Amino acid sequence: MEKQLLTLTVNGQPYELYINPKTLLVEVIRDHIGLTGTKRGCSTVSCGSCTVMLNGMAVKSCSILAMQAEGAQVTTIEGLEKNGELAPIQKAFIDHGAFQCGFCTSGMIMSAQAFLDENSNPTEWEIREGIEGNICRCTGYNSIVRAIDATAKGEYK
Amino acid sequence: MIHDFTYLKPSSLKEALAMLAEHKDECKVICGGQSLLIIMRQGLLVIDYLVDIKHIKELDYIQFDAKAGLKIGATTRHRSIETSDVIKKHYPVLVAMENKLASIQVRNWGTIGGNLAHADPAGDPGPVLVALKADIKVGSTQGDRTMALEDFFVDFFETALEEGEIVLEVQVPTPEAKTGAAYQKFNLLESDQGMVAVAAAVTLNGGDKCKDVRVVLGNAGSKPIRVKKIEELLTGKVYDEGLFAEAGKIASEDCEPVSDIHASEEHRRHLLGVLTKRMLKQAWEQAKG
Repeated sequence: MEKQLLTLTVNGQPYELYINPKTLLVEVIRDHIGLTGTKRGCSTVSCGSCTVMLNGMAVKSCSILAMQAEGAQVTTIEGLEKNGELAPIQKAFIDHGAFQCGFCTSGMIMSAQAFLDENSNPTEWEIREGIEGNICRCTGYNSIVRAIDATAKGEYK
Repeated sequence: MIHDFTYLKPSSLKEALAMLAEHKDECKVICGGQSLLIIMRQGLLVIDYLVDIKHIKELDYIQFDAKAGLKIGATTRHRSIETSDVIKKHYPVLVAMENKLASIQVRNWGTIGGNLAHADPAGDPGPVLVALKADIKVGSTQGDRTMALEDFFVDFFETALEEGEIVLEVQVPTPEAKTGAAYQKFNLLESDQGMVAVAAAVTLNGGDKCKDVRVVLGNAGSKPIRVKKIEELLTGKVYDEGLFAEAGKIASEDCEPVSDIHASEEHRRHLLGVLTKRMLKQAWEQAKG
């Protein structure tokens, strides 16, 4: 199969890649660029562990053709840290123990960040709806909701 | 594993239609791909050419005019519908339906045209839009045609689209005064597809009698099912919960649900009856205002 040129920006870094057009966005992020924070879980748009931000929107990178991200700004979990310092949402997840095995964490945090970018003063119910597309089998979600709530309330800088 | 294909990215609708005309049944259209990529990964769909229309802005619009009604372009994302002020004002049931459609991530990328063209009988927009008497406009290099959305759905994952045609627009008439509409699916996980779903729309005449009603069942057969017997039963009648129960019984009989891992046929029929009763009541009360 003839490879095609894909140009996109991931975490502020521009990339030019030649890929088989059937390559999924999660494969470009993990296998071509080498950022493995984004997880490949169910591969059927169900679990949310592959969530990244595409032009600011949370999307599931397992079910988007990488070619459709042409020219896009992609942010992965690795892109949240600024100058060696974790983002407030990441600090909150650590403080609240909002993970156990950690597999869902990067997708969960990307959904949470996209949600907070749209809604800075959410109710608990809105937070729960905001992470409806992300499944966590360890925590029972309460610690995750508390971490997002604490971030929204400005407890982490 | 997804089989290899040649990726085509037309720069306009016209170019996209020309590509479809050229490659005929060797090609498939992708928009958000939230359903398509899953079946491609499962090996259920193997094609030579994939025509990507996701970026085609001329099909990304929401227009409303009191006379002409609502027009939604095929590449409009679910999230745009969910957050549209004009749809919230005139078609609140569409916002409520979108809000429960899969997850935010899917609604951010998936599109209304793609959802309808996929024709999954468990899809959420189909039943609601049929209850609202929507039409669908499709087109090819040979020109456009518009049909009732009800007639667009043919069978499991099968539509009335001819070779070379794509979905262009969904058209929803402005609801008459004194109209209420409700939709609910039954599922165990918030972001799941419904085991079954029911959409109901009720219009009252000047008084308290039913002028017009539609009940449409989702995931109760190979396509959204409009239960005409309920329309005959309720038209001209006043609010009567006994009649709604009777309508529920009709709904549970007038369908062909499958048995699968999510629910048995018997359970689905039961749920369809209950939801029909509830949705009629809800739509009717809304119509009363």
